[in-house]
Amino acid sequence: MEAVKKTKGSFLQRWALSFRKHWRLHVLALPVLIYLIIFNYAPMFGVVLAFEKYSVVKGFFGSEWVGMKNFEFLFATTDAWRITRNTVLYNIAFIIVTTILSVLLALVLNEMYMKRLSKTIQTMMIMPYFLSMSVVAIIVYAFIGPNGVVNSIIRASGQRALTNWYIYKPLWPFLLVFVHSWKGVGYTAIVYVASISGISQEYYEAAVLDGATKLQQARYITLPHLKHIIVIMLILNMGGMFKGDMGLSYNVTQNSGALYEVTDVIDTYVYRALKTLGNTGMSTAAGLYQSVVGFVMILISNKIVRRVDEESALF
Amino acid sequence: MKKKERESNSFAKINRIKPATNAVFTSVMSVVAVATVIPVVLVFIISITSSESLTRRGFSFFPLSVNTVAYDNLFKSGSQLVDSYLVTIEVTLLHTFVSVMIMTMYAYVLAQQRFPARKFYTFVVFFTMLFSGGLVPSYIINVNVLHLYDTFWILVLSSMVSAFNIIVLRTFITTTIPIDLFDAAQIDGATEFTIFLDIVLPLSKAGLATIGLFVLVGKWNEWFTGMLYIDNPKLIPLQTMLTRIQQKIDFIKNNSSIASTPDGIAMLKSMPSEQTRMAILVLSTVPILFAYPFFQRYFIQGMTIGSVKG
Repeated sequence: MEAVKKTKGSFLQRWALSFRKHWRLHVLALPVLIYLIIFNYAPMFGVVLAFEKYSVVKGFFGSEWVGMKNFEFLFATTDAWRITRNTVLYNIAFIIVTTILSVLLALVLNEMYMKRLSKTIQTMMIMPYFLSMSVVAIIVYAFIGPNGVVNSIIRASGQRALTNWYIYKPLWPFLLVFVHSWKGVGYTAIVYVASISGISQEYYEAAVLDGATKLQQARYITLPHLKHIIVIMLILNMGGMFKGDMGLSYNVTQNSGALYEVTDVIDTYVYRALKTLGNTGMSTAAGLYQSVVGFVMILISNKIVRRVDEESALF
Repeated sequence: MKKKERESNSFAKINRIKPATNAVFTSVMSVVAVATVIPVVLVFIISITSSESLTRRGFSFFPLSVNTVAYDNLFKSGSQLVDSYLVTIEVTLLHTFVSVMIMTMYAYVLAQQRFPARKFYTFVVFFTMLFSGGLVPSYIINVNVLHLYDTFWILVLSSMVSAFNIIVLRTFITTTIPIDLFDAAQIDGATEFTIFLDIVLPLSKAGLATIGLFVLVGKWNEWFTGMLYIDNPKLIPLQTMLTRIQQKIDFIKNNSSIASTPDGIAMLKSMPSEQTRMAILVLSTVPILFAYPFFQRYFIQGMTIGSVKG
C-alpha cells in the first residue's frame, strides 16, 4: 500500500528498495525470469553467429568474424527469394481463408435453431485442432499416398497411370491451405461464436424494431462488434507473417525435395541448413532475417492499427 | 432473472432466420462437421484393415475384411511404442505442472498493479513475443553450452514459458480477483507468498485448468523438439516416432537406388506396415480425443479469456 507513492531516487536505490520491500514478489518472478534469460534472451545474443564462421571449439565469441558474408551467401542464391515468397504467400492465404471461413461459420452456427446440435457440430469441428501435425501428415498420406483413397478412386475408374502426389507441385499450395483451414477454422470459428454471444441483445431488439433484416443485423451489428477481435488476430498474424508452419511444410509434405519450389518456407530451410548441411552461419542468418523482418512487421501493423482504431492496438 | 430470460427467448423466436434457411444452414453445417471428422475415421479403419484388403483395394472406407493384427503386433513386440508412450507421459505431466506453476507465479506478480517493478517484468516477457534469436542460436546454446542434446530434460524444458499464456493468466487474475482482496489480506498480515497460495491459486482454478490443458495438449502433440534433439530410442516421444517412421519409409521408397537393393528391401520389410503406422497414430491420439469433449467447456472459456486484450 505504501508503494502507491512514487518512489524517488536513483535507479539502483529504487531497485534496492523494491527488493527489500517486495522481495517475495521478486522471488515468485524468478523462475520464469531465469528461464527467459537462458532460453529466450541468450539466443538473442547468439545471433552473432550470423556474422561468424562458427566453430564448436572456439565458441560463440571466439569464432572467426566474417561480417555480412553469410547474408551475402544467403541472398546470392535464389533460395532467399523462394522461401520468403512461399512463407509470406502461405501466411496471407491462411489469414484470408481462415478469417472469412470462420466468421462465416460463426454467423451460421449462431443462427441455427437447434442449439444442442449447434454445440455438437462445434465439438466436431474443433477436433482437428487437437491433432498433432505428425498425425495430420499421416492422415494426408492416407488420402494421397500411393495406396491412398484418391489413388484407389482413380484406379477404380479404370485409369492405369497414377500420379505420385508427393512430387506433383501444382497440388500443394491448395492442399496446404486446405489442411491448414481444416485444422484451424473450427477453433477460430468458436472464438467468434463466443464473442458473438457476448453482444448485448438490446442492439438486435432495437434493430428489429427499425425493421432490420437478418443480413443487415449481421452487417451493421455483429460484424462491427467482431472487428476488435479480428483486428487483434490480424496484428498477431502480421507479426507471424515471416514465420512458416514447420508442421505443414515439413511434416505434411513428407519433406519431399521435389516440392521445395512450392512448399519450402524459412523455417524448413533453416532446419535443413542446420541439420543436414550443418551450415550454422547461414541458417542463423536466415533465422535472424526472419526475426528482424517479423519484428518490423509487427511494429508497423501496430502503428497502423493505432492510427485507425486506437482501442484495438496491441501496445 | 427467469422472466428476463424468457423475454429474450421470445425475442430470439421473433428474430429467427426463416425455417427454410435454417434447414439449409443445419444440413450444410452437419455435412461440414462430418467431413471434418471423417479423415480420422478413415485412419482408424485403415488400422484394422486386413492386408489382403489393403493390397486389393488400397486404403478404403469399406475394407473387404478387418482384423486387429496391427494392434496385436504392437502390443506383442511394441517395446519402442511402450518406451515412447512412457516418455511422452512423463514429459507431458512434468512439463505441464512446472510450466503452469511458474507461469502463474509470474502472472501473479504482473497482476500487482502497485508493484513498481511490474513494468520491467511485463516488458521482459512481452518482448519475447516480438523478437527471437531464431532456431539456430537456441540449438547451439542447448547443445554446446547446456549439453541438453539427447536428454530427457530438453523435452521437458522446451517451450515451457509462453508469453501469451502468461498474459492470459494475468488477465484472468486481474479480472477475477478484486485488488481489495489483496489489500485486505495484506492488512491481516499475509505475506505475498501466502496470498499467492491461499487466495490466488484457489480462486484462479478455472484459469489454471484452461492454460494447463492447452499446455498439456501442446506438449503431448509436440514432435519437433524430438526431431531436433533426440537420438536415443528410449527417449523418442510418440509424435516424433510417428514422423521418423513415416519419413524413413518415404526416404527409402523415393530413392530407387536404395529401394531395389536387397538391403533396401530388407529395410522396408522391417518397417512397420501401413496398418501398424495407422494403429500407432490411433493409439497416440486416443488419449487427447477422449479427453477433449470433457475439457471443451474449459477450452472455450480459455479461448474467450485469451481474446481479452493483454
